[in-house]
Amino acid sequence: METIFDVENFNLWYGDNHALHNINMKIEKNAITALIGPSGCGKSTFIKTLNRMNDLIPSVKLSGSIRYRGQEIVNSDINVYNLRKEVGMVFQKPNPFPMSVYDNIAYGPRTHGIKNKSQLNDIVEKSLRDAAIFDELKDRLKDSALGLSGGQQQRLCIARALAVKPDVLLMDEPTSALDPISTSKIEELVLDLKKEYSIVIVTHNMQQAVRISDYTAFFLLGDLVEFDKTDKIFSKPSDKRTEDYITGRFG
Amino acid sequence: MNLSDKSNKDSVETIASTIFLILGVINIGFVLLICVYLIIAGLPAIVKIGPIDFLFGTKWASTAADPKFGILPFILTSIYGTAGAIIIGLPLGFFSAVYLAKIASKKVRYVVEPLIDLLAGIPSVVYGFIGMLVLVPSIRTLFGLPDGASLFAAIIVLAVMILPSIIKVSITALEAVPQEYELGSLALGANEIETYYRVIVPAAKSGIAAAVVLGVGRAIGEAMAVMMVAGNAANMPSLFESVRFLTTAVASEMSYSSGLQREALFSIALVLFVFIMMINATLNVLLKRGGVKRK
Ligand SMILES: Nc1ncnc2c1ncn2[C@@H]1O[C@H](COP(=O)(O)OP(=O)(O)O)[C@@H](O)[C@H]1O
Ligand SMILES: [Mg+2]
Repeated sequence: METIFDVENFNLWYGDNHALHNINMKIEKNAITALIGPSGCGKSTFIKTLNRMNDLIPSVKLSGSIRYRGQEIVNSDINVYNLRKEVGMVFQKPNPFPMSVYDNIAYGPRTHGIKNKSQLNDIVEKSLRDAAIFDELKDRLKDSALGLSGGQQQRLCIARALAVKPDVLLMDEPTSALDPISTSKIEELVLDLKKEYSIVIVTHNMQQAVRISDYTAFFLLGDLVEFDKTDKIFSKPSDKRTEDYITGRFG
Repeated sequence: MNLSDKSNKDSVETIASTIFLILGVINIGFVLLICVYLIIAGLPAIVKIGPIDFLFGTKWASTAADPKFGILPFILTSIYGTAGAIIIGLPLGFFSAVYLAKIASKKVRYVVEPLIDLLAGIPSVVYGFIGMLVLVPSIRTLFGLPDGASLFAAIIVLAVMILPSIIKVSITALEAVPQEYELGSLALGANEIETYYRVIVPAAKSGIAAAVVLGVGRAIGEAMAVMMVAGNAANMPSLFESVRFLTTAVASEMSYSSGLQREALFSIALVLFVFIMMINATLNVLLKRGGVKRK
């Protein structure tokens, strides 16, 4: 097993609020890691440290270590723009830009200096294909992305993230705003993407974690209670709190 | 309780809606009145002088023995003056707005925004006064002119005057852009400046267009400040010459005018009114278009 993120003794505070306590975990490459736990336990906070989106919140303080492919990303002077290009993110609420489908996908590559028209065309097509939405959208490339359905918008956002050729994909409850059909399309897609990408997905839905993930991390009140193979977590959890949570006794 | 008895609710609603209707009608009534009055007062002179001679005549000599009533110099001065003010004021205002809405710290905003409000509240005569005391002499010495009162001075004063409304409206437009767009862009590895100019500004463009039109409206309608720094000679416009705007043409002669001269002043007011109506119509179209595109 190859580790993509190595998290050691990681702590995070929002001002005085100690939101993540001494987290230790090794996130595996080309696997799907699900983060579960009740609302407010720190799942989003954790996933946002992996691409340094927490830098945008001035009150955040960090300690400990997270190494991405061996490079320290906590409190270190790395190029965050390059990190975010490598570690892409899909948000809970689909957030396509108010521009055409094409321009949405081409946004990232253009940002990273690709101007050549035919190269951009290839990237747009490949990204849409990889996000399993090319056939639906191939005649609508010039239309505004805001006219798409919620599920299409979310897959467009996945395609947009893929267009910068990331290495890791972070997804924060990507299906919580979607209907069941769109949700299962995205789940299929995520399973498919595992071949080429390492995926960390926050989910509120335990069935979803069971269906798609290889590893599951259970967070509770800022603690990482248990982190193990998904089968193990859902069949023989070693912590009583995990068991209570997955059997629906709270949360 | 009798649920089907709606009489008390009905009567309150009837009174309220009647009051709003009356207020609305009064409002529309005033606009119509001004419209009709301006047309009645302004048309005769245009007919007498001839619309072509009036609108495209290059010479205005209202009190000469053989009077001339060509207002092309005023029209062009107003257009050039307004365009100049926008060319200077828009980039300044726009960049200030991006800075204040997106880059500046809370502290800076806390200090600067009240100052902008203050700038917006200063009466135009004060702008004119400062322009007259500071700007006009500086232009004279800087460019070695016999007199600094000129189109250029008026453009600078107008640019400063429209700055606060351009900044305020642009800030509102920029802040109305959902934060998800910004996060989406940053998460793709774009830097902050790229994010502002490639995602947030385009998303705010109809609001910014509204800011421009608002600025145009304010600049073209301004009389007092312009009168104090533009020199007011009825020349065809040229950057460092004394010029007269549509507004100042009306204001400067109204008090002593009579006969056809007075009627012609009303006609100038009518022309100004048409300009302002066109600007408002443009504003409405821009705002509507902005609304439709986000559907
Ligand atoms: N921007 C923020 N500023 C301050 N506190 C925050 C912020 N975001 C989250 N928190 C706090 O951090 C804790 C974890 O929140 P979050 O990571 O959003 O949880 P989850 O995604 O698991 O629901 C909560 O107590 C929340 O109030
Ligand atoms: Mg969350």
